[in-house]
Amino acid sequence: MIDKFVRSAAEALAGVSSGATVLIGGFGQVGTPNALIEALSELDLSELTVVCNNAGTGTHGLARVMAEGRVRKIVCSYPRSAGSVVLEELYREGRIELEIVPQGTLAERLRAAGAGLPAFWTPTAAGTALAEGREVREFDGRPCVLEHALRGDVALVEAWAADRWGNLTYRRAGRNFNPVMAMAADLTVVQTQHVAELGALDPEAIVTPGVFVDRVVHIPYGDPDLGKPLY
Amino acid sequence: MDAAVEPKPLNRTQMAARVAADIPEGWIVNLGIGIPTLVADHVPPDREVIFHSENGVIGVGPAPAEDARDPWLINAGKQHVTLRTGGAYVHHADSFALIRGGHLDLCVLGAFEVAENGDIANWSTGANERAPAVGGAMDLAAGAKRLWAVMEHTTKDGRPRLVGRCTYPLTALGAVRRVYTNLAVIDVEKRGFVVREMVPGMTLEALQARTGATLHLPA
Repeated sequence: MIDKFVRSAAEALAGVSSGATVLIGGFGQVGTPNALIEALSELDLSELTVVCNNAGTGTHGLARVMAEGRVRKIVCSYPRSAGSVVLEELYREGRIELEIVPQGTLAERLRAAGAGLPAFWTPTAAGTALAEGREVREFDGRPCVLEHALRGDVALVEAWAADRWGNLTYRRAGRNFNPVMAMAADLTVVQTQHVAELGALDPEAIVTPGVFVDRVVHIPYGDPDLGKPLY
Repeated sequence: MDAAVEPKPLNRTQMAARVAADIPEGWIVNLGIGIPTLVADHVPPDREVIFHSENGVIGVGPAPAEDARDPWLINAGKQHVTLRTGGAYVHHADSFALIRGGHLDLCVLGAFEVAENGDIANWSTGANERAPAVGGAMDLAAGAKRLWAVMEHTTKDGRPRLVGRCTYPLTALGAVRRVYTNLAVIDVEKRGFVVREMVPGMTLEALQARTGATLHLPA
């Protein structure tokens, strides 16, 4: 019987080692695998490369992992937010390497890794500072930049519901980077809000098939923090 | 000659409304952060325009009341939003395939500068005191079928934002088709900036004095 469920976030992360490239899903507060990130911060790891659209806020979660000096490099599109104090400080002091990638290029580099494509050409960022030193080639008269696939050793994903095969559904904007990261890592680890019996998830509605998933832990984490209205 | 009417610049809301007036039914539109986000408020609900947000929301609806916010539903600016009837969720790679694959009829972005060759600078001032952040701006500028910029005509200290060549770091080359400012609507064509519309009381001379490249009149 296939059963990908494990009992704890710590068990889900077993085997993750120093120097690993860690893909972390989520966009803003939504769809972020908070319990897995907290478990990651408990591990005695160093020299991590973290791939995540944002770069942590406050002093918890990813910000804590960075503050403890465990992250050598962060790959993201938008490290800035109201509470991104830890990243800003590390960056100012030159204690973290920052690779800024256009958001769509980031998503596509992950997708390419999951789909077995080593690289692709895109007009995004051509002629800009983010393409400096890159290979450029013209297609249909447009300069395009060569971008390489971005693979993780481990991906941390948050799902809305999962079954024991690792089939996943997501909730609303909580989908974001989670499905592409799930495809792009050697070890894909999922925290799920809900557990479904095998067969209970509508096959038409499964977004990530279990093929891409290695371990699942049930953590009814609750809704993302609403915070203050931003409008 | 009549006494000159003092030109009255548009405020942010009026600029957003002016952009909205040019968006026809049926377009798929992505709105950037700032004034562009306000554009959606000025498209009447019976004109079906589909607003897309980078984080995988297709068919973004109006902002909810504070006590009706859905914690799982935000836009790319991390603001809580609603989903219109007919809306859909996709993951990030599909969301950006929609952008990069030329499926957006329009993207409206704020900008620091737009050049007469259509170059746009909107993601970085080049200052190094904070970590750089680009988000989806380069994908949107390069990928949308048409890009409109909306911005103040000049900086706070009066320097032109419509320029011969951008001085700030570029977001994309030759991408902007039209610029909406608080003073005018200006198309970007092969020959450069072409003035389509000015606020009442504005003259071409006065507008030219606030612009860093030659302004042309429509042929």
